[in-house]
Amino acid sequence: MLKYIEEYRDAVAVKEIIDALHRITTRDWTIMEICGGQTHSIIKYGIDEMLPQKIRLIHGPGCPVCVTPVELIDKAIEIAKRDKVIFCSFGDMLRVPGSAKDLLSVKAEGADVRTVYSPMDSVKIARLNPQNEVVFFAVGFETTAPANAMAVYQAARERLKNFSLLVAHVLVPPAIEALLLNPGNQIKGFLAAGHVCTVMGWADYEPIARKYSIPIVVTGFEPIDIAQGIFMCIRQLEEGKAEVENQYARSVRREGNLHARSMIERIFKVVDRKWRGIGEIPKSGLALSDEFEAFDAEKRFNLLRLTVNESTECISGLVLQGIKKPTECPAFGTRCTPEQPKGAPMVSAEGACAAYYQYRFRKK
Amino acid sequence: MPIAEHKNVLLAHGGGGKLMHQLLKKIIFPSFHNRYLEQQHDGAVIDINGSRIAFTTDSYVVSPLFFPGGDIGKLAVYGTVNDLAMCGARPRWISLATIIEEGLPMETLSKVVESIKEAAAITGVEIVTGDTKVVDKGKGDGIFINTAGIGIIEKPVNINPQNVCDGDNVIINGDVGRHGMAIMSVREGLEFESTITSDCAPLSHTVMNLIENDVKIHCLRDLTRGGLASGLNEIASASNNQIEIDETLIPISDEVKGACEILGLDPLYVANEGRMVIFVPPSDTDKALEVIKRDENSKSAAIIGKVKKSDQPIVLRKNSIGITRILDMLSGEQLPRIC
Repeated sequence: MLKYIEEYRDAVAVKEIIDALHRITTRDWTIMEICGGQTHSIIKYGIDEMLPQKIRLIHGPGCPVCVTPVELIDKAIEIAKRDKVIFCSFGDMLRVPGSAKDLLSVKAEGADVRTVYSPMDSVKIARLNPQNEVVFFAVGFETTAPANAMAVYQAARERLKNFSLLVAHVLVPPAIEALLLNPGNQIKGFLAAGHVCTVMGWADYEPIARKYSIPIVVTGFEPIDIAQGIFMCIRQLEEGKAEVENQYARSVRREGNLHARSMIERIFKVVDRKWRGIGEIPKSGLALSDEFEAFDAEKRFNLLRLTVNESTECISGLVLQGIKKPTECPAFGTRCTPEQPKGAPMVSAEGACAAYYQYRFRKK
Repeated sequence: MPIAEHKNVLLAHGGGGKLMHQLLKKIIFPSFHNRYLEQQHDGAVIDINGSRIAFTTDSYVVSPLFFPGGDIGKLAVYGTVNDLAMCGARPRWISLATIIEEGLPMETLSKVVESIKEAAAITGVEIVTGDTKVVDKGKGDGIFINTAGIGIIEKPVNINPQNVCDGDNVIINGDVGRHGMAIMSVREGLEFESTITSDCAPLSHTVMNLIENDVKIHCLRDLTRGGLASGLNEIASASNNQIEIDETLIPISDEVKGACEILGLDPLYVANEGRMVIFVPPSDTDKALEVIKRDENSKSAAIIGKVKKSDQPIVLRKNSIGITRILDMLSGEQLPRIC
């Protein structure tokens, strides 16, 4: 698979697609890319700068680190601080600020916080350390849900009593609907996240496209993918269509990955979830199903009632809904930098603020 | 400012990125203000009655102690030798201080010492003084090593970040990112299709060859933590110039590219232990490249960019699409992404 990356970063091919886009665009269109990985590619490769002026791209909420509410970070910190706990997480959650500190600081204070590359690694840690409570921070969209489900399934099979998940899973389609229901939203088309759809397929997007008459193009992450996704979306808009189309055909099928989906359905259930800066969205997240609730860290550590308010200065909610650009935030690049982030979008590799800071801030 | 806002030292304060530079600027430099530190060189160049020596020190804390392509012993010698070479000095004498964790198998210690002996022989340095301490179990990571080194600057060369100027070409002596990815693959138990071996190697022979062939070198910088991006940013900032590199010209092995792609890391920020950037004027570029490539370790050396006069000390990276972006210094450590 890795052999086929350079081909999707070919300058000539990207230019051809962009030229075609210039030829077909006759009206003003605002479209949103859902996924933070796409945002980074767009900013990194400067795709937004090549587009016809009539096309405006706004950045969506698809950064799992970014939408995880402060409350869950505080819960993670609360758990990590406890005696005999080994707290496992993907790397980019560690620097996300909670209401007082981040997981890296808690680690510096002596907590056993470990970076893992797969939830299965944390199951292994639980197996090797029966005297410790091992907790995995299950963050992410539908993309990471199957592996996290698998970890719980495996732990249950091995009857591991010292393993649990702090679940912060969120789902894309309800977020899209919430954005569309927002009064004053300008979005006329979506680039859906290719990896999420690799797992879930795109059937869930069809009713949304119909109900709101909005084209949704399942799109990949490389420059050519994104240019092509935008082209397909604009072509639909110009032709007055509103369908779900698949640009990322080398990875996505309509039904998604059936094995992965059945694993998710077995281990998790759909619940209402709070999104950082956006608030609660109905049926927009996953929690452990009743059968597996013994693996729920919030219950095990009795943290269900901990609630925390979001920082007032960080405008991440508006950024995540595409209402404001990161550079419109008064703290951007001054009081909020990757070294001293006020909010998650400045930390994550997929955060819109980090993308602007890294590639645009100080740009000549 | 940020430093003051961190009550405790974080791992990232030693990561070679922005936080580390803030730590140096706010706490270390103001306390020991002098003309040697001010140069922000890899070592101090000291004039003693007309002869010049280079003096440097470095500590080695790698885990695991043995990794594909090297071990802590080799690193401890080559790292210090390389810092001396970056000053244009021929490395001569090295100190060896070890902090050993109680319980370290004697056999492991012997293997490390053997490796140090071998690396010293290869680079022509003598271990002339040292110290050994043992700490309680759990207080060290097997073994920590510190080496300090002295080298002699034999020719009237002046290799210094301050010499970098408009029009200089930037040469790299080989592919980047192998050390960091080799360590990560063994440390984290990641299994890639093929083993990535560290680039851990001495650079002194190459530097001596350049000097003996009268290649005019403006500056040298070995790339360690923080990778190519940090090394270039340090030079841009110390010389107050803009450095523009073309990403497509930077040699990176397919294995490193693939591993970085999977983990969401940028190879330009990944650690190296046998790589350096060489700043040379256009007149000496071809000769420099030819001499560098004579070294077995530097066969894939390439010109990757150019220095431009500017009032802003920044590094710019042109990517495969032809778009130019700032290549910033890393904030903390590179953290593998979620998806």
